Amino acid sequence: MSKNIQQTAMIGRRQALKAAGAGVLALGFATPAQATPEEVSAEIAKLTGGAPATASDKVRITLPEIAENGATVPIGVAVDSPMTPDSYVKKINIYAEGNPYPTSISFALTPTGKADVNTRIRLQKTQTIVVAAVMSDNSVLTAKKDVKVTIGGCGG
Amino acid sequence: MAKIPRVKLPKKAKAGSVVQIKTLASHPMETGLRKDKKGKPIPRLILNNFSCSLNGKELFGADMFTSVSANPYISFFITAKESGSYVFKWTDDNGEVISVSKDMAVS
Repeated sequence: MSKNIQQTAMIGRRQALKAAGAGVLALGFATPAQATPEEVSAEIAKLTGGAPATASDKVRITLPEIAENGATVPIGVAVDSPMTPDSYVKKINIYAEGNPYPTSISFALTPTGKADVNTRIRLQKTQTIVVAAVMSDNSVLTAKKDVKVTIGGCGG
Repeated sequence: MAKIPRVKLPKKAKAGSVVQIKTLASHPMETGLRKDKKGKPIPRLILNNFSCSLNGKELFGADMFTSVSANPYISFFITAKESGSYVFKWTDDNGEVISVSKDMAVS
């Protein structure tokens, strides 16, 4: 890096300034780290202990197709499960692939009622939402849904 | 931290019926990603945990992260089994706990 600057300084002050500016710009973009689909997969792998998760239509996501305000996006997750002590949903995790941090919320459930939760989340941009449901036998079911975001809601 | 969260839960329920509980806390859920006018980052301050318990037994919980909206809304379902006072708790990053309790009579 310093060698680079020395070289550019030799070329001329104006160009050196340009190079420094480019560096600052690059840094500015790099600071709010962006989650990626790979990071989300890694989080899910942590749940399964490395085993592959099963995509399942037992997990249903209710999410608007277009979210006008990314600051509050209503999301509902329902999982088909009898919710008895023998077979129930232990956890429902919501991941957002395009947010600065992948994990959005993690629900811990007990065998009561039904596996149907609603909340509101922030979305940075148009992206895919991944939901992982951990069942009582430690199998992991996943589902995905795309959402278009008009105005991002993470601040920054 | 002045406002008390709102909790909606039926006053009476038949034993064995599935009832929905809706909760709405009042909190800015500062993400730690925003900057103030001087460009200084605003520190993160969010409610990071929610729990609902009955007679000391946890029925439902949630770990919240930065991408939960301000004034977090959570709704879920439980089976009405016994009467009692349901305790709802929210914990923030500073360890402050807001607690609300509501009674439900099960017949």
